[in-house]
Amino acid sequence: MDLRFRDAQPSAEERAAVDALLGPPATGWEGGARTEAELRYAARPEPARDLLLPALHAVNDRVGWISEGALDYICRRLTVPPAEAYGVASFYSLLSLKPRPARVLHLCTDLACQARGAEDVRKRVEARLGPAGSSWQPSPCLGLCERAPAALAIEAGETPSTQVYGPVQGDEVTVPHGSNGHGPAGWEPPAEAAVPQAGRDGLVLLKRIGVVDPAGLDAYRATGGYAALRRAFQLGPAGVIREVLESGLVGRGGAAFPTGRKWDATARQPDHPHYLVCNADESEPGTFKDRVIMEGDPYALVEAMTIAAYATGCAKGYLYVRGEYPRAVRRLEHAMATARSRGLLGADILGQGFSFDIELRRGAGAYICGEETAIFNSIEGFRGEPRSKPPFPVEKGLFGKPTVVNNVETLVNVLPILEHGAQAYAAVGTEGSTGTKLFCVSGSVDRPGIYELPFGATLRELLDLARPAGTLKAVLLGGAAGAFVTDLDVPLTFEGTRAAGATLGSGVVLVLDDTVDLKHILLRIAEFFRDESCGQCVPCRVGTVRQEEALHRLSERVDESDLLLLREVGRTMRDASICGLGQTAWNAVESAIDRLGVYK
Amino acid sequence: MIPLQPPRRLVDVQIDGETVRVPEGSTILDACQAAGKDVPTLCYGDTLTPKNACRVCVVEVEGSRTLAPACSRKVEAGMTVGTDTERARHSRKVVLELLGSSVDLSTTPRAAGWIEEYGAEPGRFGDDAATVEQPAKVDNELYVRDYSKCIMCYKCVDACGDQWQNSFAIAVAGRGFDSHISTEFDAPLTDSACVYCGNCVEVCPTGALSFKSEFDMRAAGTWDESRQTQTTTICSYCGVGCNLTLHVQDNKIVKVSSPHDNPVTKGNLCVKGRFGYGYV
Repeated sequence: MDLRFRDAQPSAEERAAVDALLGPPATGWEGGARTEAELRYAARPEPARDLLLPALHAVNDRVGWISEGALDYICRRLTVPPAEAYGVASFYSLLSLKPRPARVLHLCTDLACQARGAEDVRKRVEARLGPAGSSWQPSPCLGLCERAPAALAIEAGETPSTQVYGPVQGDEVTVPHGSNGHGPAGWEPPAEAAVPQAGRDGLVLLKRIGVVDPAGLDAYRATGGYAALRRAFQLGPAGVIREVLESGLVGRGGAAFPTGRKWDATARQPDHPHYLVCNADESEPGTFKDRVIMEGDPYALVEAMTIAAYATGCAKGYLYVRGEYPRAVRRLEHAMATARSRGLLGADILGQGFSFDIELRRGAGAYICGEETAIFNSIEGFRGEPRSKPPFPVEKGLFGKPTVVNNVETLVNVLPILEHGAQAYAAVGTEGSTGTKLFCVSGSVDRPGIYELPFGATLRELLDLARPAGTLKAVLLGGAAGAFVTDLDVPLTFEGTRAAGATLGSGVVLVLDDTVDLKHILLRIAEFFRDESCGQCVPCRVGTVRQEEALHRLSERVDESDLLLLREVGRTMRDASICGLGQTAWNAVESAIDRLGVYK
Repeated sequence: MIPLQPPRRLVDVQIDGETVRVPEGSTILDACQAAGKDVPTLCYGDTLTPKNACRVCVVEVEGSRTLAPACSRKVEAGMTVGTDTERARHSRKVVLELLGSSVDLSTTPRAAGWIEEYGAEPGRFGDDAATVEQPAKVDNELYVRDYSKCIMCYKCVDACGDQWQNSFAIAVAGRGFDSHISTEFDAPLTDSACVYCGNCVEVCPTGALSFKSEFDMRAAGTWDESRQTQTTTICSYCGVGCNLTLHVQDNKIVKVSSPHDNPVTKGNLCVKGRFGYGYV
């Protein structure tokens, strides 16, 4: 590739950050100092486009932003055109291409936090830190909904650090790092603080949360860990797929596709290598179940990924964790390193001749990268824009190869299936929705958090556990892409919510009481989709803007023509958008208009 | 010389109730064209891989939850396609409204006709509707980038990048409604990797990219395509033998394009063929 660079120079710090990731440059042709001898021959570094996002992260983590010199150096090292790297860097909200302070506060202004007074916090932060954009910025859902309103401070430096605030008041955020009154630097409540049921009998997916040390591999194994992988080796790949098929497990990320069929289709693909991608880019507003699993039981995910890879014939798996989950990243990295050192990951796992390893990739602030094909583009070092389907990932996925992509919760469900058998698993739940489900309850409730219930429980039963505070007005099921419901007897199953004109989605149950301004919530939903649209297709890129504009007008004055306009734009987004983001961007607004009569 | 393709199986598809037989691997758009249907397209380029970003070509495929882009969806045997159903027409109408309300379509061929045909009203979003209006970027003597006319079809990026020119001077930057075509750090073209082949201008469907000569004449009100003649000849610079189509107005060359069906260059030229006509 013959690339032209603009020869902006990186600072020593930026160069060191990139070299720490990629190693020192081999020749002057890839960014090192040029010697006389090197000018006598041309050398070409191996293109490594997929390391673009990690390299951008490296500079952003060290300096806080990415300068022209740093971008130029990254491009030389990886043989990436600078214009394209600029396009990638400008895609992600956690990366900055303009100078900014090392410490930046990301203040959640999304649904669950809105329902818990985020607006007041925002005003207080603005009064203390000045206008948004430099030392603080409003953020989409941080996945800390049980501690709403929440904030995350990210501080760049040689050892970058993060600090979680929740519930945040607004006044404590300027206190220098390490002396914030919340405890020592980086202290945050343990993962089980998000699980009101922690330690109770009968939990399946949450059984270790708060009971077993998330850092201890021995503790994990002592509580049944790696029994499922041994069982998988006994069954063989086809046997594992048969069990998963028979269990009736369907994807928990929102689309509810049968997992066994996805695995089977991938395993049968003649093209090689096959890849496994674990989608841990949990960004649906109000969702934090995957975070709790990754923080509270990281080995379970590592084991489940190993089983999935064994069944589908993958030698390499990518674990794509959203950038706003620093603790989950640390715990998973520790779990992967320990598993590797004990022969449970890497070459010849458990002496069975099966080799598999996981590479952890961090997202950088883009909801759309949780879309199953956008995640491939993001890993490959391109803008996280969804691809058009067909071809489907099982045929052409990551790097154009057959890929199985599963959500965290879906994968950990494989463990009980193999431990107790498909029939025992399918005995729980309903015919159409087997097993148990994690629900992320937030908003106006006394006990927000993750609840595990067998499929078939009603919304009322779930809320009895979480105890709504105040007078209940509506429940948003499925997050920003979901729908409002008022009938508490709707069964929480895929088929039950579908029949009620709603969706389980990722398991979001956001409770709104009568003090919450619904118009405000709808505006926030519209703003969220406008911000998070990748901009690729017209219905979503312009439609989400027009939807937000119409809702602004409607919140001041109800006009039939604006309601008609919303319906027409909404229908077009649903019918003609490329991916699920645009197709669902109007769901919640539609249900609020039709069921709650917001603009009557 | 056009290389012979291996023989392809023919498949039957139903287009608006009419059976059409097309080679396997054809797109719905190919089948529509074979059936004589006029499906509007904007981001589709005859020399580029379909990006299906504009969604103006959507059609209804039986059994599909959403509408399908005709330009990229491959036909399957037995497929039933409706190109003119209420659902497809509705989406096309709203897509034209969304584009018409945010982008200047005044130099987009056929846009005005489609807006009329589908009954689109771009003005319905009000005077405060966000647009991409911005001053044109004039940073070199050869071509102008007027991004207030850009519909983000990605064709210029694809032509500049790995599909044709391999210069990679421009890419899509930003996200959502703020996404735009840009060089790195929005540097002027003269500082970028641009080689001024003009192949991006060749594929631009809206006139957002235009030759400086055309841009200046339009500004002066002297651009008049009815007074132009087009003459296809062969470039005299090197031995490749690219076809040039000279657009001549008042006995002066006002722009140079290249036939897309030329088997050697597929409408692509270099800076000399595209802009080096000053000596004539």
